[in-house]
Amino acid sequence: MDFSFLSQPAFSGGGTYLDWVITGIKWTVLVSLCAWVIAFSVGSVLGVMRTTKVWWLNGPATAYVELFRNIPLLVHMFIWYFVMPEMVPKVLGAWMKQGMPMPEFWSAVFALGFYTASRVAEQVRSGIQSIPRGQTNAALATGLTMPQVYRHLLLPMGYRIVIPPLTSEFLTIFKNSSVALTIGVLELTAQARTISEYTFRTFEIFTLATVVYVLITMAVVVVMQLVERRVRVPGYIGTGR
Amino acid sequence: MKRISTLMLSLAAASVLSMPAVGQELAGTLKKITDTGVMKIGHRDASVPFSYLDDQQKPIGYGVDICLKIVDKVKAELKMPNLKVEFVPVTSQTRIPILMGGNIDVECGSTTNSVERQKQVDFAPTYFVTGTKIIVKKSSGIKGYDDLKGKTVVFTQGTTNERAIKAYNDEKKLGINFLPSKDHAESFLAVQTDRAAAFPMDDILLYGLKAGAKNPDEFVIVGEFLSDDPYAIMMRRDDPAFKKVVTDAVSALYKSGDINKIYTKWFESKIPPKGINLSFPMSDGLKEAVKSPNNTGVGACGKMKC
Repeated sequence: MDFSFLSQPAFSGGGTYLDWVITGIKWTVLVSLCAWVIAFSVGSVLGVMRTTKVWWLNGPATAYVELFRNIPLLVHMFIWYFVMPEMVPKVLGAWMKQGMPMPEFWSAVFALGFYTASRVAEQVRSGIQSIPRGQTNAALATGLTMPQVYRHLLLPMGYRIVIPPLTSEFLTIFKNSSVALTIGVLELTAQARTISEYTFRTFEIFTLATVVYVLITMAVVVVMQLVERRVRVPGYIGTGR
Repeated sequence: MKRISTLMLSLAAASVLSMPAVGQELAGTLKKITDTGVMKIGHRDASVPFSYLDDQQKPIGYGVDICLKIVDKVKAELKMPNLKVEFVPVTSQTRIPILMGGNIDVECGSTTNSVERQKQVDFAPTYFVTGTKIIVKKSSGIKGYDDLKGKTVVFTQGTTNERAIKAYNDEKKLGINFLPSKDHAESFLAVQTDRAAAFPMDDILLYGLKAGAKNPDEFVIVGEFLSDDPYAIMMRRDDPAFKKVVTDAVSALYKSGDINKIYTKWFESKIPPKGINLSFPMSDGLKEAVKSPNNTGVGACGKMKC
């Protein structure tokens, strides 16, 4: 393997091929983090909605989860990118296609974010529902209202329980961000493909991309472990280690 | 993962191909064809009229017809009248790795023969001569490349046109916003839906796309040739026996004048699936290439003479 091509001047843009890789990493991280903000916030709200007994809260949330998690991510990307601008009023559609800065980036963020939200919602729901019913009853017996039970008991405990599966979800979003290349986001995988076309160094560039993905996800794992250790409740969960 | 495995295969194939031929024994692609009884042809899905799918999803086109002539020649050469032909779809991005990996033996599409690519693959004699132009919406008012300043331009990944427009953008500092896309149909869709202002491509393919559009009059093809693009059938490198068969087959087609019949069929008559007639008479460049078959590639600068 010969990685010397990385320092060669790239075909266009004035930089080297290494600069292309770095831009790729930048977009991968940006798409993933922005999408995670959407996924986590929307997913949390939906997850909580699904645990309530109020039909007009859990009904729509259930519908959302079933709709969004049952459609392939690739289709989500195409819908946000190709279909949405044609469905909204013409002026807005034209703006989405040409006026809006970085249309492919935002389409990818929304597609990935709202898709992952359906999965986060299920994690949050499972966390809340895994707390024994007796605890809720006890909390209600002390005079707390239902919103207070969520605020002081169900949410703090539920989130702690689901930190490990949420970590997986967070890792997955980084890997899933590569699907954004189909709508023209030049993230890491897309850059690797382009570089392999220009330099014919397919093996080297994909090895490099693989290593970068592993490093990114390892960093996420480390951060999430810190979070887990930081917030653990002694004597309850997360104390085994 | 698939990419890596193709690469492994190509390494294996390269080591096999580089072994010296012993006596009169067959080597390389001819041996592979004899052993498997199958010749694999790579084709495209939207390179009208060179290599595309008809309404039964069958690969057809000018390039495909020429490739079938090569198959006839291989059959005769190897005395294998029952040689089977298998069509494998490829894209601008996958054609070279798939060819090198051995999953196709020849690529019959709309591939520009360039000096750059000759480092990886080999080419049969030029069978079409075209060059890069851009297709835009008539309403956009774009008359040439300099009107693209600050606009979005869509390109098909892995094409020589991509290189040509990027080089021009760098040279003239136009600040074009580039949008990569997977194939010509998707690129043209970006122009149709106003996502991109222009799509640089070999002009003949642009005429094909335009003719197939819902509303052909909406579009116009503008600009001088930004690059020269001589098309040729692509095959693996360092395989002189197979190259000779392919080159002989194409040259024979030129010498006998049969090429004119094939040309007329695809460029000056109604073609499937919509019955459009491209009405594109043979250019002087191609007439020259037919008169003296050659496989000179286009230089690194995008022009025949750098």
